[in-house]
Amino acid sequence: MAQRLPGVDVLLVGFGWTGAIMAQELTAAGHDVLAIERGSWRETSTDFAPSFIQDELRYRYHGHLFEQTAQETLTFRNTPDQTALPMRRLGSFLPGTGVGGSILHWNGQAFRFLPYDFEIRRQTAARYGEAMIPPDMTLQDWGVTYDELEPHYTRWEELCGISGQTGNLKGQKQAGGNPFEGPRSKPYPTPPMKQTYGPMLFGEAAASLKLHPFPCPSGNMSQAYTNPLGVSMAPCTYCGFCEKFGCGNYSKASAQTTILPVLMQRKNFTLRTECEVTRINLDGSGAHATGVTYVDAHGNEFEQPAELVIVCAYILHNVHLLMASGIGTRYDPATGQGTLGKNYCYQLTPSVDVFFDDKLLNPFVGAGALGMIVDDWNGDNFDHAGLGFIHGGYIGGYMTTGRPIETELLPEGTPKWGAKWKQAFVKNYLTSMSLSLMGSVMPNKANYLDLDPTYRDVYGRPLMRMTYDFKQNELKLQDFAMGKMVDIANAMKPREIKKSPRGPHYDIAPYQSTHNTGGAIMGVNRRESVVNRYLQHWDVPNLFVVGASAFPHNSGYNPTGTVSALALWAATAIRDQYLKHPGPLVQS
Amino acid sequence: MTLGANTAAAREIKGGVDDPWLPHQADAPVPLENPGFAFFTPAEAAFVQSATERLIPEDDLGPGAKACGVALFIDHQLAGAYGRAGNWYMQGPWAKGEKTQGFQSRMTPADLYRAAIKAIDEHTMSAQGGKLFADLPVEAQDAMLSDLEGGKVDLGGADAKTFFQMLWQNTKEGMFSDPIYGGNKDMAGWKMLGFPGARYNYLDWVDRHGERYDQPPVGIRGRPAWNGAG
Amino acid sequence: MRQRALLTLAASGALIGAGMLVFGPLAHGQIGDFSRQERGRELVAAGDCVACHTAPDGQPFAGNRPIGTPFGTIYSANITPDAETGIGAWNEEQFYRAMHEGVASDGRRLYPAFPYPWFTKATRGDVDDIRAYLRTLEPVRSAQRPNEFTWPLNHRIAMAGWNRLFFTPGEFKPDKNQSADWNRGAYLVEGLGHCGACHTPKDVFGADKTSQRYQGSEIQNWFAPNLTGDKRTGLGTWSDQDIVAFLKAGHNNRTTAYGPMAEVVKDSTSKMSDADLKAIAIYLKSLPAAPAEEPSAAQGTAMSAGKSIYGDQCSACHQLGGDGVKNMFPSLKGSAAVQSRQPLSVVRLILNGGHPASGPAIPNALSMPSFGWKLSDDQVAAVATYIRNAWGNQAEPVSAGDVKALRDSVQAVNSAY
Repeated sequence: MAQRLPGVDVLLVGFGWTGAIMAQELTAAGHDVLAIERGSWRETSTDFAPSFIQDELRYRYHGHLFEQTAQETLTFRNTPDQTALPMRRLGSFLPGTGVGGSILHWNGQAFRFLPYDFEIRRQTAARYGEAMIPPDMTLQDWGVTYDELEPHYTRWEELCGISGQTGNLKGQKQAGGNPFEGPRSKPYPTPPMKQTYGPMLFGEAAASLKLHPFPCPSGNMSQAYTNPLGVSMAPCTYCGFCEKFGCGNYSKASAQTTILPVLMQRKNFTLRTECEVTRINLDGSGAHATGVTYVDAHGNEFEQPAELVIVCAYILHNVHLLMASGIGTRYDPATGQGTLGKNYCYQLTPSVDVFFDDKLLNPFVGAGALGMIVDDWNGDNFDHAGLGFIHGGYIGGYMTTGRPIETELLPEGTPKWGAKWKQAFVKNYLTSMSLSLMGSVMPNKANYLDLDPTYRDVYGRPLMRMTYDFKQNELKLQDFAMGKMVDIANAMKPREIKKSPRGPHYDIAPYQSTHNTGGAIMGVNRRESVVNRYLQHWDVPNLFVVGASAFPHNSGYNPTGTVSALALWAATAIRDQYLKHPGPLVQS
Repeated sequence: MTLGANTAAAREIKGGVDDPWLPHQADAPVPLENPGFAFFTPAEAAFVQSATERLIPEDDLGPGAKACGVALFIDHQLAGAYGRAGNWYMQGPWAKGEKTQGFQSRMTPADLYRAAIKAIDEHTMSAQGGKLFADLPVEAQDAMLSDLEGGKVDLGGADAKTFFQMLWQNTKEGMFSDPIYGGNKDMAGWKMLGFPGARYNYLDWVDRHGERYDQPPVGIRGRPAWNGAG
Repeated sequence: MRQRALLTLAASGALIGAGMLVFGPLAHGQIGDFSRQERGRELVAAGDCVACHTAPDGQPFAGNRPIGTPFGTIYSANITPDAETGIGAWNEEQFYRAMHEGVASDGRRLYPAFPYPWFTKATRGDVDDIRAYLRTLEPVRSAQRPNEFTWPLNHRIAMAGWNRLFFTPGEFKPDKNQSADWNRGAYLVEGLGHCGACHTPKDVFGADKTSQRYQGSEIQNWFAPNLTGDKRTGLGTWSDQDIVAFLKAGHNNRTTAYGPMAEVVKDSTSKMSDADLKAIAIYLKSLPAAPAEEPSAAQGTAMSAGKSIYGDQCSACHQLGGDGVKNMFPSLKGSAAVQSRQPLSVVRLILNGGHPASGPAIPNALSMPSFGWKLSDDQVAAVATYIRNAWGNQAEPVSAGDVKALRDSVQAVNSAY
């Protein structure tokens, strides 16, 4: 029997990055906020200090900062005719757990989506005709425009001190930046990072091909920075332990380095850790959330009433929690009816490895967002007529790390183990790098999330089931982009190159990216989406669902910037509209 | 089933009131303290010593897996949470699945090593004139490893490919992880590659394009110079 | 929270009569004199009363914080207006006598852990304002725990003798030859601020060594640095603005407050006005430099080992040249705290880590990680010796024995600082 606790005004499910944003915005406006987080308290000097964080085995391979599958997982299959099996070990993606969530272990690649992304259906049809969109591609506009999100992208960049080279300031192109980006109201708060040898060679090669290379916008600080909340971040030291690690010297943007120092001083904020929300409770009408049920580490169950529930967990858990709570109608690929679980997308990340004889690249001098980028084949930045796919992705020449268990670039034909493997590894370790595509993934009728009929989690709830594969749009995009990557790689004048495509089928075992999106998507009407343009649930107006779960498709960029901008956009609507007049913010 | 390895009691932190920071706290790693085998039988240890040395053999470039303590590293991994699959979803039902569905063994790593080594030694005993794997000539060991890699050996309950992949992954981990875990002895794996280890500051090297890095590797527990040596 | 709401009301000059009827807490206050209470609030901040008069996890000002002294443990008094267990029944005269002479309402002599030798400098008007503010607090019922003293100091009568020897009552007398700012600074430093309680060395009786005023002292296994004008170990190279910024935010371009000083900044100096902080800076800058001792040279092996450890472990934050990052990571180069006569604070921070002052107006999470779990006594001594003697720094080497002694004594320390 759950113990019933005193009610609260605003309850956040999960205290990662979007939870921190919500808590900061709402407590600053004077509202009382309670956040419930399944993991534990974590801070820089005690939990990821430079005295022990450089431990590839513990953090990368044993996933010390990640969610463990024993705690939560899902089942997976490529197509609806297969039997889904549990993801027993983490692989393809690495969700976080604990205070600060997944942004604690991100690389810091800090992009905005293109204006095209938010109106993708309308603009694609307008330029190429409706026939360009295949019948199985469930493409839709987001219900929010780039111009509406722009101030929130800017606020996010200022909060995080993003380092970068502005490419388009209020419509004016700026030399050295990304000429394809949407117009910015302000330049980046800090200048771009310094480039090491490898990215510099990539940039020179791209420029020689008349492309438009620019430094990756970075959540690793190029210099000391104090954000508008008064919280300071330090200059990045290029240590090469960003992604999969917490930053030990306060130089990577995260909840810990940008928001928590201020938030944790506010008396109207309370954080309850080591408690997992298992269900959102509705009243008899089914149209009003009464709060949540959660279980503490000892297995005790509590009912926490709340006036407003904001779900801020990782995207997969946002969707699973809605399903486990029976909120909304689950998507059925056979009929196309229902919305919950629809438009699950991921990221397409093929690469080309480049091997030099004479150039010492020192890959261990790296940072998560240290790299040069070309955006020439992203979004609708180029003519897709006759190509057989829409959208695209950026190509990056990054130098993020030289961690030796993970960084194994070997030329074509190298044996997998033994003396020749060893020789090739030693010979190429300091003189090789990878070019990679951050490829978009378009929604497809047969890619979706629902509940597994067989496997259960530790609370007895059905696991979520993921049905996902690369479709024609992704495979054609990959072929096209591979050719472009090979051109740039060859222009770097290496000894040799090696192509590493993905697919043809998506494989859940090798790490690719933690860029899962969709499943509780936003949109203009309740027929096609789970939440409205303010991330408010269509059926339950006092429930908001924040995160990449709202993306109707995944763009050719890392998602964190857009996750953040949407969270700030939703927080603004909650603060300025919803809390003043509770009820639906969009009439359906 | 428990809620995972890292949970403690539920905790409430009040903004502006509670300060969770405490002195002399560090989520520090647990190093290997006892340099003896904790999991393997002598026969299993002999198998792992010889097999991992074939995967990363000693040569002109530097020591191999044996000299770097890879077997000891794997032993202690198997004796700990990793060996028990303590963090993995291990509920049935079990199926082999598609290649794209990832690891589906119902055996924990410790179970898999134990069963696979026994089956491999039995196999070589019967097929290779009464010899254990560790006693075979290196060419025969290489051939056996290739067969395991290709899934061409029937190991009874254990899946040969799954075992080979795990052995190879653990070998690389033992060769290149921090020496506190028993492998990468004297940071020899890192020295061979030119990886400087658990450093945290390359600010003065960002601009030095194409230059050879001049500092020796350092582990989490330091390097000889920390005690005034070298 | 209620307290703050009350003061906001007071500051805004809202309708007093209506407030009195509506807000319960006003009943505890001396109705009608909000400006006095507001002045009192600032003076209570200047005196950092909350630090000693609040138990860990206790209600502010309700006392029972254990205070370690060389002679035993003292528990602080409840100074909320509770009539029985607090000071609700004290009249103005009794309160003034406690502050001025160290004598309680019932005539008992107070121990000088209560800094009446400094508070005696406070003017009658200020003391009355302090009382006026304290009476606005919510009464908390909390009886004071008995002190745990060793003989003969368990006899309060012994304090009479101590007072005769070491204590001179008397309000602050301005120096007409000095500026108004200087006099204001002196009044705060010598009086309510009681800076010398930590920063002046004590003799075997626990009394100030007056010949070494503000030259730095050991306190609770920290070293409260030299505040005189010495360039290496004192404030000689600090500007007034450096001092003001440090007291306001807990950090400045040079360094960060850790340990007990972080608490002082959080509870006291960050709440003081810029004008008062500036006055304090002017007064401190007028303190003459103490004659510098010449440290013995640091020995070779420790310096080379220390340099390796520093480069591998410390330089990511404090930078290879030791100059840190302005307003974030303390500069070790030229740092008075690093070069202190006794290396207690430096060694302790390396061993245990440290937490800076932080508050609503001064958010800061830039804590120092602990290295006690990974560095041996020799290694801590080496890196401490190195930073005390690198980049032009000069200070006595640190021995492994120094480190061991501190490690043993602070292992049990469980407070957040």
